[in-house]
Amino acid sequence: MGAKTLLELDEFDRQVLHALQYDFAVTERPYLEIAAKFETTEEAVLARAERLYTKGLIRRLGASINSRQVGYVSTLVALKVTENSIPNVAKVVNGFTGVTHNYLRDGEYNMWFTAIAPNEESLNTILHTVAAIPGVAAVMSLPAKQVFKVSVTFPLVAG
Amino acid sequence: MIALTELDRKIISELQKELAITAKPYAKIAAHLAISESELLARITTMLESGVIRKIGAVLRHRLVGYSANALCVWKVPEDKIIKIGEMFAALPVVTHCYERVTHAVWPYNLYTMVHATTREECQNHITSMCRMSKINEYQVFYSTQELKKISMRYFD
Repeated sequence: MGAKTLLELDEFDRQVLHALQYDFAVTERPYLEIAAKFETTEEAVLARAERLYTKGLIRRLGASINSRQVGYVSTLVALKVTENSIPNVAKVVNGFTGVTHNYLRDGEYNMWFTAIAPNEESLNTILHTVAAIPGVAAVMSLPAKQVFKVSVTFPLVAG
Repeated sequence: MIALTELDRKIISELQKELAITAKPYAKIAAHLAISESELLARITTMLESGVIRKIGAVLRHRLVGYSANALCVWKVPEDKIIKIGEMFAALPVVTHCYERVTHAVWPYNLYTMVHATTREECQNHITSMCRMSKINEYQVFYSTQELKKISMRYFD
């Protein structure tokens, strides 16, 4: 799966982006380990990581937490929103801190968002509030029953 | 659900903030939490092993790096085949998310996959091959047309 990049990424850019996703070690010097892999210096990896971050290619660098394991509840919500209400509905939906992803998609259900909350009650509050927004014609909550895969990594080098 | 100590919660809260791009990023967090770096690294490793922390590293703006076709593909899978097919789809590198979800009277789809590719054509090819390998022919594909919000959840803040 070769990524055809919109921005010009050179070989080292790809190597660093790949390593930062897949091989960011929990050790004192994680960049030193990446450097060793590519036979370069820690400084060179740090400088390139900084540049890629500044360019906006890295959304964030940190931990991804399993919400269930820490006691939070979540769901995927599909909405049917009338075309001219989309901006306002998006504004209200996005206003919840527990709404982490929100996408417009082609299809009958045209707005899809994920919501995470510390308990069922706060999750229901989000659902009820959203259902009451003018222009929301249907709300469908689709909580997960079983998780087979969650991966937020995108390969940038072969292999 | 895994029992977390007060320190674990503080560590999770810190790790959700940006990890500084610096030679010793964990040392900075350890200093902030007033614990030793080795204790911090040990706690993080334990939480990675127990699955509380899925991973540590960079999350990319995948559209910017070239993955511009992102499809939510929902499948109607017979109950007795859900595990087999769920695991089959999950094993594919082009699938980043694979969940079994509840159904509704108007919505019979129970298996959800996110499929990513550089073009819609390439994405459709992946979906066609998933269709072939699973022998599931009832499915729908919804491409995202606009990202309205994407953030990482902040726990224990």
